[in-house]
Amino acid sequence: MRLFDVLGPVMTGPSSSHTAGAVRIGLTARKLLGEQPAQAEILLHGSFAATGRGHGTDKALVAGLLGMQPDDENIPRSFTLARQAGMLFTVGTINLRGAHPNTALLRLRGADGHKLEVMGSSIGGGRINICKIDGITTNFGADHDTLIVHNLDTPGHVSAVTTCLSEHHINIATMQLYRSAAGGYAVMVLECDQPIPAEIVEELRRMPGIVKVTSLNL
Amino acid sequence: MAYTSVRDLLNACKTSGIPMDEMILRSDLGESGLTEEESRAEMRRLWKVMTETSRNYRAEDRSASGFAGGDAAKVEKAAAAGMLYSSGYYAEVISEALKTAECNACMKRIVAAPTAGSCGVLPAVLLPLWRAGAFEEESICRALYVAAGFGQIVASRATLAGAEGGCQAEVGAASAMAAAALVYLKGGTAEACAEAFALALTNLEGLVCDPVAGLVELPCIKRNVIGAVNAVSAADMALAGVAGHIPADEVIDAMAEVGAAMSADLRETGIGGLAGTPTGQAIREIVTMAGDNE
Repeated sequence: MRLFDVLGPVMTGPSSSHTAGAVRIGLTARKLLGEQPAQAEILLHGSFAATGRGHGTDKALVAGLLGMQPDDENIPRSFTLARQAGMLFTVGTINLRGAHPNTALLRLRGADGHKLEVMGSSIGGGRINICKIDGITTNFGADHDTLIVHNLDTPGHVSAVTTCLSEHHINIATMQLYRSAAGGYAVMVLECDQPIPAEIVEELRRMPGIVKVTSLNL
Repeated sequence: MAYTSVRDLLNACKTSGIPMDEMILRSDLGESGLTEEESRAEMRRLWKVMTETSRNYRAEDRSASGFAGGDAAKVEKAAAAGMLYSSGYYAEVISEALKTAECNACMKRIVAAPTAGSCGVLPAVLLPLWRAGAFEEESICRALYVAAGFGQIVASRATLAGAEGGCQAEVGAASAMAAAALVYLKGGTAEACAEAFALALTNLEGLVCDPVAGLVELPCIKRNVIGAVNAVSAADMALAGVAGHIPADEVIDAMAEVGAAMSADLRETGIGGLAGTPTGQAIREIVTMAGDNE
């Protein structure tokens, strides 16, 4: 463990998993949406549902959606700040079968109406795992610049995406492939060593068979 | 690379003649990608946050559950009135541990040291010394490197997570880190730092993590007090030359073994121990119902 992981992080209490991790889930979901949500439905599962209020998990998720970092002193006031910023939100509970105990499901809608559903787990020490995007497995830690591509489960998409990245001199750190069912939707999750420029996202969106492209730049 | 044994750390200091805080700082630079200046600046920032947390404490603040807050102020007041057994440094250590841990429960900014649940221990033993002018910020930051270095060794040989090793891995580790830091501040040898570390961890071995309603409040806040007071007594024993006889690395390994043997009910699940008492369960009911009403 690095020195400043043992001493640190600086964070708003009370819990690295239930508060700091929850802020990061909200913040990552905001970045994946590409903007501050106009509307957010926040659903808490497991320990998040049972102890979330006492740990401020609900406020932490809203704070993240507003763009705050885990050490922001305004986290306790995030509900008020969200109202002032015109972000509509609801907080409820949900039972997600088989999910990590510290999991939240965020259903977001952007100002132009585009939607994104993000399921994230807080796995300890403030680290997180984005388990699903729009219902399909993704499993990434949101600590790298990440490209997420939803495509039809037909041949050729992986090579098209990796070729596009290589043409832009972007190095892939890790790559994962998932699909909902054979012949249905598939997802590629590529953690990269460089930020993903907007033109790549646009280029990929225009490719046949590509359904959705989402990027996370830290 | 971070050290993975206290013995290696002591040997490295002995053969190089480099002070321990310096050895620990250097061991992290490759891994973190920080320069020495950046690392020192980050440590000063952490110390600044520790001082600010204490300064921003308000006696009237309460946590969302309503069960945390106001206790540090009670101790300060009673100590000032001469009502307590402890006075001076010891009384301040108690109130400072409560202060930072209460701030954490009340959603204020803290430094996880090593965790949020144990964030009160290190500031509790250091803040009163700094405020009294006994040590400058620079010496305190050097001592914090020593604390962090010992914490890294615990992380590598055992764990710093209550969910894995119980409270001994959080408050126990924080206490042992603080004991080493205190000996270092006082000019103790590297061996004495290791001895203080081992004594402190030994004395909290077996401490379970049994938070009522799963919240970082009961008993976590008061456990920060035992972590801090234990650090002072372990440091004093080591400075006086008292030996624990079991080497620090073996104490860490024993802590890991004890943690693995603990029932999951006693590892941050909020099921066993104090969380499972009738009162603990009743508090859980109250806290959960409050959540439903909102």
